Amino acid sequence: MTDAPRETTQEAQPARRPEMKVRPTAPIVPPANVSGNALMLVIAIMAFLACLTFGAVSMVRATAASWQSQISREITIQIKPDDDLDMEKALTEARDLALTFSGTRDGTIVDKAATARLLEPWLGEGLNIDELPVPRLVIVTIDEQAPPDFSAMRAALAEKIPTAFLDDHRTWVDRLVAMARTTAFIGTGVLVLVFSAMVLTVIFATRGALSGNRHIVEVLHFVGAEASFVASEFQKHFLKISLKGSVAGGFLAALFFAVAGFWQGRSIATPQSDQATALFGTFSMGATGYLGIAGTIVVIALLTTLTARFTVMRTIHEIDQIRSDPSRTDQLPDP
Amino acid sequence: MIHFENVGLRYGMGPEILRDLTFDIPRRSFQFLTGPSGAGKTTLLRLLFLSLQPTRGIIRTFDREISAIPRDELPMLRRRIGIVFQDFRLLDHLTTYENVALPLRVRGKEESSYRADVLELLKWVGLGERINVLPPVLSGGEKQRAAIARALIDRPELLLADEPTGNVDPPMARRLLSLFLELNRLGTAVVIATHDLSLMDQVEARRMILSQGRLDIYD
Repeated sequence: MTDAPRETTQEAQPARRPEMKVRPTAPIVPPANVSGNALMLVIAIMAFLACLTFGAVSMVRATAASWQSQISREITIQIKPDDDLDMEKALTEARDLALTFSGTRDGTIVDKAATARLLEPWLGEGLNIDELPVPRLVIVTIDEQAPPDFSAMRAALAEKIPTAFLDDHRTWVDRLVAMARTTAFIGTGVLVLVFSAMVLTVIFATRGALSGNRHIVEVLHFVGAEASFVASEFQKHFLKISLKGSVAGGFLAALFFAVAGFWQGRSIATPQSDQATALFGTFSMGATGYLGIAGTIVVIALLTTLTARFTVMRTIHEIDQIRSDPSRTDQLPDP
Repeated sequence: MIHFENVGLRYGMGPEILRDLTFDIPRRSFQFLTGPSGAGKTTLLRLLFLSLQPTRGIIRTFDREISAIPRDELPMLRRRIGIVFQDFRLLDHLTTYENVALPLRVRGKEESSYRADVLELLKWVGLGERINVLPPVLSGGEKQRAAIARALIDRPELLLADEPTGNVDPPMARRLLSLFLELNRLGTAVVIATHDLSLMDQVEARRMILSQGRLDIYD
């Protein structure tokens, strides 16, 4: 053998050879391998998709909520003209009557000029309102949380001003609420599906990456390592991988929203931007969106770490199961 | 230290591989375990290493009956036993030094507290110049010695070695044998499973001969 012992020759030499330096201790679980890199890529992609879905669903929910709140924040009193009716007086009475109900906040009479502007698309410019029997409007702002009693208000108005008609936008509000709820429901469903896919992918990818390390678990177990020690070594390793992957995916998703928001801001009032805004709302994530991305990163990191822990503990449990069941020892490598 | 009483073992519904084994492994003893291939040497080593339970009989290890030992206490008992696997079981991403130091590392010891001991042992087994080499680069004999050094590093009370000289030339086999004897003089009980008659002839030691599942002991 070429590496025969050399103590005697070393002793004969006048000067001892310098001690060989030991390299910095390597981690027990190898830091980088193909399965680890593949896992990191899978985690990054799933984190990106999950964060993107989270952001998109938040945007759609916010847009749906804003449609709903904008239209349900106001009611309209319409007064049709009548020969015996003093329109200006009736408008003021209607506004004052509406404001006597609790749940109303403010009442605005749509003046003649504004009414003319409203009719401009149909009747053209330079319209003299006084010459036409045009209904007039009072817009009343209400408290969405505690709205007034519409039927009582309607009855009171009918008694005082017979030509007044109260429109609480209920038909539109109901339809928009239904649409907003459906949109939010679909969005939440998509979010749940994407998160479930992410959870399963991360779990299976982690287990796949771990299966290549079974021999390390066995050796550690047989040199007297406690299960918790082995699990913590693998946990540390997989936590690093998952943090790298999920931070990269989350960062890319945040960057996507930032770039989309920037584009929308720059191209405001262009047909493309208006179309996108009408459909999706503004591409602004807000604090909740960024918190959601951070939350997704934390969830993925925890998931990977816990999967690594449970898989290692189960591997050790299997090794010990084999111990107590000799019929399974064919699965155990020879000592 | 270890006591077997009427121990029998069968795999599944097959025939008994080991039958009515009754013997002791006293503290500080030195013995060879031998017998033809398929006689059950590896199975017996598994029983001694607590990686297998018998289908009948009683085994007492370090004064404890092994069927009554909870799972989470097994690592503590295994720390008192050093084992040299026939296929070495070195971790390929760790250097020779790191592989040998592994049992101390898993016990939570600081690297500075054991570095000198590990280096000294590596020199003793002739691997002083190979401390930073990864196992795939080592020869079969070097891997064998690294595996032996790993089993010895924490001065176990019992050393089990499965064919520890199977991959080395006769001079190195003698050197390794003298290492086991030295360890035995320091207080470790040693069980060496081997086919190598010339190795056994070098030492006046107890011989445990397994044949057709039965054990004959020649003191």
